[in-house]
Amino acid sequence: MSAFNPSEITIMIVDDEPSVRESLAAWFEDDGYVILTAQNAAEALQHMQNHTVDIILLDIKMPGMDGLALQDRIREFNTEVIIIIITAFATVDTAVRALKAGAFDYTTKPVDPDELSHLVRNAVEKIRLQRENRALRDSIDQLQFVDDIIGESAEMQKVLEMVRNVAPTDSSALILGESGTGKELIARAIHMNSRRRYFPLIPVNCGAIPESLLESELFGHEKGAFTGAQYRRKGKFEMSQGGTIFLDEIGTLSLKSQVDLLRVLEDREFHRIGGERTVKVDFRLICATNVNLEDEVKAGRFREDLYYRINVFTITIPPLRERRPDIPLLARYFVERHATAMTKVEPEISTEAMDVLLTHDWPGNVRELENALERAVVINKGDVIKPEDLPVQVGRETAGPRSSSLAEVEKDHIRHMLSDNNWNISRTAEQLGIDRVTLYNKIEKYGLKRPA
Amino acid sequence: MRDISIIPLGAHPRDVLLIELKHGIERVLPVECTIHEIPLDIETAFDSSRRQYHSTLILAHLLQQTDLTAGRLLGITPFDLFVPVLTFVFGQAQVNNRTAVFSTFRLHNEFYGLPQSQEILAMRTLKEAVHELGHTYGLRHCQGRPCVMNSSTYVEDIDLKPPDFCLPCRTHLQSVL
Repeated sequence: MSAFNPSEITIMIVDDEPSVRESLAAWFEDDGYVILTAQNAAEALQHMQNHTVDIILLDIKMPGMDGLALQDRIREFNTEVIIIIITAFATVDTAVRALKAGAFDYTTKPVDPDELSHLVRNAVEKIRLQRENRALRDSIDQLQFVDDIIGESAEMQKVLEMVRNVAPTDSSALILGESGTGKELIARAIHMNSRRRYFPLIPVNCGAIPESLLESELFGHEKGAFTGAQYRRKGKFEMSQGGTIFLDEIGTLSLKSQVDLLRVLEDREFHRIGGERTVKVDFRLICATNVNLEDEVKAGRFREDLYYRINVFTITIPPLRERRPDIPLLARYFVERHATAMTKVEPEISTEAMDVLLTHDWPGNVRELENALERAVVINKGDVIKPEDLPVQVGRETAGPRSSSLAEVEKDHIRHMLSDNNWNISRTAEQLGIDRVTLYNKIEKYGLKRPA
Repeated sequence: MRDISIIPLGAHPRDVLLIELKHGIERVLPVECTIHEIPLDIETAFDSSRRQYHSTLILAHLLQQTDLTAGRLLGITPFDLFVPVLTFVFGQAQVNNRTAVFSTFRLHNEFYGLPQSQEILAMRTLKEAVHELGHTYGLRHCQGRPCVMNSSTYVEDIDLKPPDFCLPCRTHLQSVL
């Protein structure tokens, strides 16, 4: 405890000898601790009812209930208080009994001043860690991600209801939804409302990791397993020990990786690359994809056995165009969030601008809506967001002929965003919510060319 | 309140220059020190099984057996001190009260098998005296800053700390002195 205040720690001294109580009390009062004294078990139990006691220095031999019996009694209703046994009549038997019954430490009278200081310092450090742990758990408990997800539409309420149902179970979940609908947010909500919330949530974007690196990324490797493996490295499965692993874009996994994944899902154990030791892991699996896995199974690109293993509980997030009633709520939320982050006055959204937002099809879903409004907050000069503050393509697309497939919508959208950003790849990628490599791949895939 | 009476107990501490201690205390604290050669009987505080003196009983004797009615009473003894639950104490004081006592028994280098050093002994004696007097002025053990009120369970702890008070402790002293 680097900056602990002794006055926040209460020590109770339980001993039938007045001189021991007085000398220990004086010793610890000099250090600034709050001191209580009790000459017998009854008095000690009385103090425990009226005060929050952190550390008990307990004598064994006392008239009436002895120290060991008192320790047992205290442990019935308080498992956290730290008990240090200090006795003049030390035997191995009593020491073993005391420690087995949950005593923090055991020492004999007279005790060396330095040893006593050490014992109490160690106890205080444990209390500090207990308090810190409790505070962190409380702060995690306050993060009720389900309630933080915005959406009053019936479609979204249905999704949230499913999250609440599946979260407390340990079942695997498959989240389906178009790009930008918030699949990771839903995965996070499931994790944060499960018993695994105090352990890590490890997200892995399977589509963003090259096939050659995926195995090492998921399972880790031993030192020297391959050229460049200079250190032993934990994989994502190992990092998710006790928690949840979230495999996004699961549909992009190669058949070889699907076999590896299936094995770890069945056995809950694996070997690091180049390793001989079996690593056992306890994790919950959440997957997400924006492709139709059933079609992929039919086409032979996705293993049927893996599909059934990950598809225990399916949550489908509707695209934003199917839950338009949520758009005003989301829009105001994003405007407030970005205005606060930029320390700007929160602008209103004009009726005309809101009409544009409501009629746009949002192929990039909530992520696109957020990017559009972040941009609007940046360029907005007054206190009202007008249609001209919105990205050019928003509103225009609905006026023109609608693209027929998702790929065409994506191509159009990327072209517009690139044009808006004068083909600045980094900025466009950021606004699209994808990385630069993905953007380059899509530019190549759609054959987009920078205007001469 | 500003007077401090230094009272040798049982016997004069070997090799300790009381005059030097008096001047040392006066340099650190805004007080006037006097050395009182009062024949005090502390044999009732002797525990024959431990061959040590019970420091809490000595504090009581200090109050009962002197006719000094004002100021702090600082006992200094060459004998080893203890309180019942601990193997030894360097000293003891009544917090926010008049009496303090400390022992030079474990302040000698020879106690630890090292060559005698008058200079080290004098410095340790001063630090222990000022530390116990600090308690009588209401100071607790000081943590986190170099200060004579740092707790000492080893003689090395005494060597490491300065003979003076840190700013917050000194501010407290100025408010009571």
